Amino acid sequence: MPDAVKSVEFDVLRYRPEQEDVPAWQRYAVPYSHDMSVLQALQHIKDELDGSLSFRWSCRMAICGSCGMMVNGKPALSCQTFVRDLLPGPIRIEALAHFPIERDLVVGVDGFVKKLEGIKPYLIPKEPRTLAQGEYLQTPEELEQIEQFSSCINCMLCYAACPQFGLNAEFTGPGVLALLHRYNADSRDGGRAQRMDVLNAEEGVWSCTAVGYCSEVCPKQVDPANAVNQNKVNSAKDYFLRFLSPKGARR
Amino acid sequence: MDVFKADVAIVGAGGAGLRAAIEVAESHPGLSVALISKVYPMRSHTVAAEGGAAAVTQAHDSLEEHFHDTVAGGDWLCEQDVVDYFVAHAHEEMVQIEHWGCPWSRTADGHANVRAFGGMKIERTWFAADKSGFHMLHTLFQTSIKYPSIRRFDEHFCVDLVVDDGRVRGVVAIDIASGEFRLIEAKAVIIATGGAGRVFRENTNGGIVTGDGMALAYRHGVPLRDMEFMQYHPTCMPGTGLLFTEACRGEGGFLLNKDGYRYLRDYGLGPATPTPRNKAMELGPRDRLSQAYWHEKQKGRTIDGPHGAVVHLDLRHLGEKKLRERLPQIYELAVQYLGVDPARAPIPVLPAVHYTMGGITADIRTAAPLPGLYSVGECSSVGIHGANRLGSNSLTELLVFGKVAGIEAARDAVSTPHGNPSALAALADAARARVLAAVAPRVDGERIATLRREMAQSMEDGCGIYRSAATMQATCDKLAELKQRHRRVRVDDTSNGWNTERLLAIELGYQLDVAQAIVHSALQRKESRGSHQRLDGYEQRDDVNYLQHSLAYYQGADAPRIDYGPVKITRSPPGIRAYGEAGEHYDAVAHAEEAARA
Repeated sequence: MPDAVKSVEFDVLRYRPEQEDVPAWQRYAVPYSHDMSVLQALQHIKDELDGSLSFRWSCRMAICGSCGMMVNGKPALSCQTFVRDLLPGPIRIEALAHFPIERDLVVGVDGFVKKLEGIKPYLIPKEPRTLAQGEYLQTPEELEQIEQFSSCINCMLCYAACPQFGLNAEFTGPGVLALLHRYNADSRDGGRAQRMDVLNAEEGVWSCTAVGYCSEVCPKQVDPANAVNQNKVNSAKDYFLRFLSPKGARR
Repeated sequence: MDVFKADVAIVGAGGAGLRAAIEVAESHPGLSVALISKVYPMRSHTVAAEGGAAAVTQAHDSLEEHFHDTVAGGDWLCEQDVVDYFVAHAHEEMVQIEHWGCPWSRTADGHANVRAFGGMKIERTWFAADKSGFHMLHTLFQTSIKYPSIRRFDEHFCVDLVVDDGRVRGVVAIDIASGEFRLIEAKAVIIATGGAGRVFRENTNGGIVTGDGMALAYRHGVPLRDMEFMQYHPTCMPGTGLLFTEACRGEGGFLLNKDGYRYLRDYGLGPATPTPRNKAMELGPRDRLSQAYWHEKQKGRTIDGPHGAVVHLDLRHLGEKKLRERLPQIYELAVQYLGVDPARAPIPVLPAVHYTMGGITADIRTAAPLPGLYSVGECSSVGIHGANRLGSNSLTELLVFGKVAGIEAARDAVSTPHGNPSALAALADAARARVLAAVAPRVDGERIATLRREMAQSMEDGCGIYRSAATMQATCDKLAELKQRHRRVRVDDTSNGWNTERLLAIELGYQLDVAQAIVHSALQRKESRGSHQRLDGYEQRDDVNYLQHSLAYYQGADAPRIDYGPVKITRSPPGIRAYGEAGEHYDAVAHAEEAARA
């Protein structure tokens, strides 16, 4: 009987390092409406109840990747998670798991961004081409090889879902490995060998234990688990080829 | 205060800022670039652009056609020399970002595909499904990582420009995580902070789109140009304002009123052919479509919904397979947010504010009247959109003029020394003191959200799709009052680190200033042109008195002063702006005349 619901309680894990030593739960009651997202509930708290609650958000339409958090213990984008699906509450809201909390629902993103920067996430052309030569030709079938992996919005939900990342923050992790695969699998790219070190490293694909929860929580169906597993095959091939030629697979 | 010395500082790291940063890095690898954004670059609102980016591509298309569509689409308030530059450089920029990896959708033979878009006579909109802005932004961000000379200041919130001795010499920003202030000295500064759509209630924009850069330049005396021209996008989600891309109609979608009737034929946009012809019906320009919705509502032919009157965007006839391939994000949004399966039911939509046509006055080199300052993208008024922007021109603008801004700022930086360090430090300290005093913690004032809501509602009421003097004046009065109340706004948060409430209070100050520029410019423009439509005796375009750019000058606590400047007309004198059958007729006449002249 959702129509009868007047308000919903939210338990939010607060942490203000300038005021408190440890995180603590705080409860808020939010007026309910059927089309309200969890993000809108948080905005209500900040706008009307407690201006000191901090969280990131922007686009409201699940494309900017800012508003990932734990909702009832699961990684989710708050903008596309609806209160109606979580009734009767209380609804538990925490910062994304496995990341350092900077404050309230804000986690440190620098580690993720450094990993992303470290994989040469840009096209390293197989054949250089001038602007006058026009675009590279890429068939729809070739595009399909990268389309899903290029859809990652860097929301980091997969990291909050990944038990290996929880144990070892150095693990490159699902989202960045999916992005690495996106470039390696691009018909225009010739940079695979340059990215192999990341894959082969202890923190690369071999840290993954194939739990698959990363793909389950991905809001964009990127399926990072699939990307990681394809790259285990690539990494194994690379490893094997090194024994056949002094230069290994790096040509 | 911590100081960083850069050669070029760029405020805003969306599509325009990133393109500019890459240009500086490529053309002048020895120059250091400070790329400053209040979010991580990939969160910038470019990410939400859906439909695509225009560039003449097909053999039967021409630069002349793109020029004409843009100038007429802008109701002749465009800078025609700038439009010429724009259309001539659009295609190479599409190819450039393709070379950087942008996954454009393809034709069967592997070329980049193009789709139809509103107000464009020939299909020329490059697209990456319906996530074109997302893919462009991530491609640019990831490509920017290649360049060691680009030093990013992620999550740094800009609070002031440092202007000394007649020149911009840097910016002051808050490092959001720590709350510390930082002076970033620069020999040239590019503002690329996006639009200001969130000053209106129902809008498509992300929370970060608060006109920051416009307000920063405006407060230093740079006029904001053509601010009265705000674009309402005709197909948005009721309640949230989220966007259903124009590509829905580019792919063949219909707009229906409560009787299931394709009402656009009643507003000079017919004939209602089963597949919309280019520049007709659903492929008309956004201003005309939003205005048609308003008239349908007056006639009682819209559908009442929980969030206001709606019409229907009908995509059913396109079939699930095509929708999943061409409009996957739209499909998901409709299902997840509205519980509507667009292959099986029409989507309820209404117009919402989408784009700020005006902005920081910029010449063809993107330079502002203030030495050392450049602007690019939605925050800028370089002059290609006039009184109404055509969909898919703005993503292209980010690239074409992002590159120009990079070149120009780099050139400027090479020949300019740094400012006097102690003078700049003193200015930065003063800026910090001013900001901290303005938004100090205070528990007795009104909440930020109260003021923001009143502002946004007043802008919608007074400065919406149709306007009249009385309602605009009421909004002017309301904004003046809100500026007073803003001085005592409540701030609960006493922390330094991640004090987002403080940032919201500063943003609200930016928004109020920009809102004033919008509504005062609108009040003084006594004609109807493009997206600025009046109901109080000024229903016609008036080229005698108002074929001019409005220029809003900041006057502190007082209302802005509105002045006017000339419009650059090179070869297309103001003509009749018509679409549908009438438009095809006038186009044919215009072409015959051109041929005769040649």
